Amino acid sequence: MNVKSIPISAWVGIAGIAIAILCAAFAPFLAPFGEREIVGEIWMPAGGEFLLGTDNLGRDLLSRLIYGARTTILVALAATVLSFALGMVLSFAAAVMGGFVDQLFSRFNDLMMAIPTLIFALVVLAVLPQHLWILILVMAVLDSTRVFRIGRAVALDVAVMEFVEAARLRGEGSIWIIFREILPNTLSPLLAEFGLRFAFSILFLSTLSFLGLGIQPPAADWGGMVKDNKDGIIFGISAALVPGAAIAMLAICVNLVVDWLMKRTSSLKGGRGDA
Amino acid sequence: MTSGPMAGPVPTDETAREIDARSTDLSGVPANPTAAVAMGDIGGTFWRRFVFRRPLAALILKRLGLSVGLLFAVSLMISGGIEALPGDFATTYLGQSATPQAVENIRRDLGLDRPWSERYLSWLGGAVTGDFGTSWASKQSVSEQIGKRLGNSLFLAFFAALVSVPLAVGLGMVAVQFRNRMPDKIINVISLAAISLPEFFVGYLLIMVFAVEWGVATFPATVYDGMAFTDRLSAIALPVATLVLVVLAHMMRMTRAAILNVMSSAYVETAELKGLSTFRIIARHAAPNAVAPVINVVALNLAYLVVGVVVVEVVFVYPGMGQYMVDAVTVRDMPVVQACGLIFAAFYIFLNMAADILAILANPRLRHPR
Repeated sequence: MNVKSIPISAWVGIAGIAIAILCAAFAPFLAPFGEREIVGEIWMPAGGEFLLGTDNLGRDLLSRLIYGARTTILVALAATVLSFALGMVLSFAAAVMGGFVDQLFSRFNDLMMAIPTLIFALVVLAVLPQHLWILILVMAVLDSTRVFRIGRAVALDVAVMEFVEAARLRGEGSIWIIFREILPNTLSPLLAEFGLRFAFSILFLSTLSFLGLGIQPPAADWGGMVKDNKDGIIFGISAALVPGAAIAMLAICVNLVVDWLMKRTSSLKGGRGDA
Repeated sequence: MTSGPMAGPVPTDETAREIDARSTDLSGVPANPTAAVAMGDIGGTFWRRFVFRRPLAALILKRLGLSVGLLFAVSLMISGGIEALPGDFATTYLGQSATPQAVENIRRDLGLDRPWSERYLSWLGGAVTGDFGTSWASKQSVSEQIGKRLGNSLFLAFFAALVSVPLAVGLGMVAVQFRNRMPDKIINVISLAAISLPEFFVGYLLIMVFAVEWGVATFPATVYDGMAFTDRLSAIALPVATLVLVVLAHMMRMTRAAILNVMSSAYVETAELKGLSTFRIIARHAAPNAVAPVINVVALNLAYLVVGVVVVEVVFVYPGMGQYMVDAVTVRDMPVVQACGLIFAAFYIFLNMAADILAILANPRLRHPR
């Protein structure tokens, strides 16, 4: 991969993701105030001591935004990694074992995908107690259906290619074939898919938090911050728009990188749907 | 429909797979393929003759049956899943400090002391006849509430579709015509950004600009019975705009991809080599073949629209199904959650089915799968 061949849009995306990750990693050093510290009047305008103003309880919006990056990115990342692990293991198992196992997994996957993700999450979260790990688990399981579909397609696709056949005839072991032949050739589409799922996880988590079913207060998280400040909108207070814009920016940046990765591997088509 | 006609299937690979797929959905065990082939060999059954005479109708019937089966499986999953998951409603409902006697009473009140299968069957029986029971929180009939709110939600979704579909297809065509040139690139970047915007952000941004700053739109989007049609339209202007923005980018990108797929085929290359103009190639050669995928794209996105309605309704405080469901989820009002979940899933499944059937109708090649 040549550094010069990376388009500007992808650089913008990479820069944006880097900023968000820096904010998340060094939140206590970057934030001027504490996450739950009430420092001023409610809904103070931006500028002056509080760069982005204060929120519905008088907490500094910028500080909460920086701490929120931590929660939002961490939870979304955890859910994505988990969904990938789950989807990949199951899909490779299905592709390798074939037959009854493949049928069982695939049909069950079809059934899961027949229910809209948000509706499914609403039904499940209505029953389960509200814990962070339950939220991550629900997001991961719902997301893994998409990973399963892609993973199975890719695995079946690559396993029958000539170079794999050639490696087999050369007498290479299965570990060599998986790591030196199949994995490098599936890395790009899988990486793109990972980015896509990550962007989707961010949006999904924010949506759930916005609906009051995601991360519970007083922990700062971007979707929840929109929910906290939404009543200010009618008075012309833009506090709810700031975290909303942060979500949008991060998702756009991830998508820009994904778009570039996708173009590099346009031969292997991946599904982009995420309803 | 799922059981009757399946008695004598045609012994092709495709039908065998279809049957296999469906019965797995229904019962969890694959159908016995040898039995299916044997029955097919005997032949002469009603279904076999029907398939022979009306292959198209048979295909559509089969797809319809699959959807009904899927919906049944979903209902089982919603109900069974809720049952299998931990958490006792009576305790959640009354709080931690409830006495065992009170918990027992409420369990009996809500019918939770009956076995699950019995409750599921009575719920399903009610759901089929349009009776979803009573809400735990408000003690009102769920069907009555849904009857009112479903209309509102469909009203919203209908106008969003009315605006977004022509716009998306048009923009998709423009993007294809100027492929890899400036207009295409601009559309590409903007639509990529639009995909990444959360629904609530778009919604609040529109409220901020149009309702608060300029005062040209109304917020919240309240509608009530006996409201004049034009008032209703102006009330839903912002929610519709939000939905359009959210669904437009998806639909446009998929339209573009579908048309580009056709454009990269050999006969389009031939037309190019013959020296035909770009417009003529699109209109005469590519478009007829792209109709099927585009219709598919539209139907899929309408299914997405049904779900997008949930968040938009919460943002705009619009009295529809989505808001009803979200409210019910926060207070754990299970009959309402189940009913709304089933109805949303039903719309989603049947729109997906419509996408498949329309694709079969528009593209004869799909009628004869390998």
